[in-house]
Amino acid sequence: MAQHDTLNGAEILLKALADQGVEVIFGYPGGAVLPIYDELFKQNRLKHVLVRHEQAAVHAAEGYARSTGKVGCVLVTSGPGATNTITGLTDALCDSIPLVCFTGQVPTSLIGNDAFQEADITGITRPCTKHNYLVKDVGDLSRIVHEAFHVARSGRPGPVLVDLPKDVVQSKGEYVPPQRVKSKYKPPVKGDIKAIETAAEMIARAKRPVFYVGGGLINSGAAACQLLTQFVRMTGYPCTQTLMGLGAFPASDPLSLGMLGMHGTYEANLAMHGCDLMINIGARFDDRVTGRLNAFSPNSKKIHVDIDPSSVNKNVAVDLAVIGDAAHILEDLIKVWKAKQYRADEKALRAWWAEIDQWRAVNCLHYENSNKVIKPQYAIQRLYELTKHKNPYICTEVGQHQMWAAQHFRFEQPNHWMTSGGLGTMGYGLPAAMGVQTAHPEALVVNIAGESSIQMNIQEMATLCQHKLPVKIFILNNQYMGMVRQWQELIHGGRYSESHMEHHPDFVKLAEAYGAVGLRATKPGEVDDLIKEMIAVDRPVIADLRTDASENCFPMIMPGMAHNEMVLGPEDKGMEKPGSEEDGMVLV
Amino acid sequence: MTAMTKIVEETNRHTISVLVDNEAGVLARVIGLFSGRGYNIESLTVAEVNRAENLSRITIVTTGTAMIVEQIKNQLRRLVPVHKVSDLTIEGPHVARELALVKVAGTGDKRVESLRIADIFRARAIDSTNESFVFEVVGATEKVDAFIKLMEPLGLVDVSRTGVVAIARGPNPL
Repeated sequence: MAQHDTLNGAEILLKALADQGVEVIFGYPGGAVLPIYDELFKQNRLKHVLVRHEQAAVHAAEGYARSTGKVGCVLVTSGPGATNTITGLTDALCDSIPLVCFTGQVPTSLIGNDAFQEADITGITRPCTKHNYLVKDVGDLSRIVHEAFHVARSGRPGPVLVDLPKDVVQSKGEYVPPQRVKSKYKPPVKGDIKAIETAAEMIARAKRPVFYVGGGLINSGAAACQLLTQFVRMTGYPCTQTLMGLGAFPASDPLSLGMLGMHGTYEANLAMHGCDLMINIGARFDDRVTGRLNAFSPNSKKIHVDIDPSSVNKNVAVDLAVIGDAAHILEDLIKVWKAKQYRADEKALRAWWAEIDQWRAVNCLHYENSNKVIKPQYAIQRLYELTKHKNPYICTEVGQHQMWAAQHFRFEQPNHWMTSGGLGTMGYGLPAAMGVQTAHPEALVVNIAGESSIQMNIQEMATLCQHKLPVKIFILNNQYMGMVRQWQELIHGGRYSESHMEHHPDFVKLAEAYGAVGLRATKPGEVDDLIKEMIAVDRPVIADLRTDASENCFPMIMPGMAHNEMVLGPEDKGMEKPGSEEDGMVLV
Repeated sequence: MTAMTKIVEETNRHTISVLVDNEAGVLARVIGLFSGRGYNIESLTVAEVNRAENLSRITIVTTGTAMIVEQIKNQLRRLVPVHKVSDLTIEGPHVARELALVKVAGTGDKRVESLRIADIFRARAIDSTNESFVFEVVGATEKVDAFIKLMEPLGLVDVSRTGVVAIARGPNPL
């Protein structure tokens, strides 16, 4: 073995990253990772994006992963560097985003001694990673790195953390290429063909069917989204998408009902409520989607296609589960559908569509526009109209602006929509956009933000400027934590407890202070010019749009209510009903 | 079958065998999963069972509705170092045993009585002084419970139990 001991741990790490196809790493140096940064310094192949806070490194890796379908990569130091990644890792776990996070660690001899910048990061991150490793011996290093990437991208993707003690990356060892590493982790991808045949039969027999599709399709890849689109069109059935699934099916397709759930469309939620067959592909019956569980789609049979068996029968009992990768299962489903010459029940389907069209006619996303004050919905509609020819990548922060973006921006293809769905992380959008722009330097990348969320990772403006990442930050500035204010207005008697920030920075000057471009619009007539200027500039931009401070996001399923109890707008009587707390379940 | 109804589902006890890689942190992963998701653990035992393949076997006794127990098994299967999860309670007949060390202190009639009962339970005295015994009792949880209960009035001072280990009946491995 001695003749192979030519590389140190840091060299082995970089070689393994190269063999894993890593092109860019988001990171922040510190004592425990100095040997790795020393190796980074000596090479040119791997690009390093120096962030300003480790949380942002993880969100950037998420943005990179979501917009490319590749595994994102993070490198931070021990102790505080590592603990700062927790929110990002949890976010990636909730949204099933593949990434590998390398953390420095104190030398193995000091582990457990409360050494300087020591944190038990494998202990801390056990519940917020898909898996994690502490590398105790340089001999295990290459195997663990390869396995980490394999685990991150296989099955239901997720974040994997690899903790690297300083002595391990400094000692000499042998490099093992990925071909020689056999992982025991092999989640199944092919679905059970009997189950698929049953599914096809159920789908053919349905009178009031609806496809309910989610982020699992996007994780499965563009092929899965293509196959879904093909299959939905073969059936002529309606298709609604979750927040995570936007772009899996083209928004412009007449079969699309738009997003469902708490702020989903009237037609999507009523179709879910009234269907006789629900075909869930890659979604997980999240509470933001189902509303009150005991009133969720009471008269339907349910098919659930998911790669993760633990998602099945977790919140909602289903009639048929097909476990596997969406692309494989859809491929088989289409084959069976064709072979058996199944056809939709045209008469029933016409009646079902007639009903859906009535719900559509309600035009639930309608809002009262104004020529005095910028309505947030208007700003997003204009952004969509003026940028769609550029096929932009859209990121968001979390709150009202996020829901308006989901409602009013229209996504035709996957991987163009990056938003924090499961965890709802304010401060996600700016660093995620940074990761997207790194992966797609020539593309238009817009972060739709609120003035509160944007300040949670505002320090990354410096990263954008340093790395010449021309991200456009489109702030819908209503002076409030808008979604908090909305809930306080609707549910807490209008007591605006701490949701108003009385002091905000001047975002135009702030942009300039960082070396970016600041723009502002205060009137509806200024919105178009602002957007045009924003996309014309080849630098990072903060656009500060002063929007209507009292606007609420509708439609809305109030917490504890069912799909058929949607509130359409401020005049809707449904708003008077308080949410109920069933079985002592506190509703969030 | 529609969404979860208000009907309170029946809760049952299940004995689950889990074959895992014998590596650092694997027990913490399993326990963390139970505490993080609010599942019950009535008993948990773990030991290496195959040195050559570096495998440990965890036996968990838990309670929950059918839906929750299904969740527990699926969540366990998601853990990367977990190789096999088997619900012995529903997958056919199995045998389950635990061992307890029971310390009883006393003299005179109570001391004699404790020996007599130990004999009935086929418990062995593995330590004795003039004023105490340590009994080793092996059996199903109910038997061990019964033995301990009978020892209470006879000078029970200390108990140490292993928790349940279990294995399927018949020729097949896990």
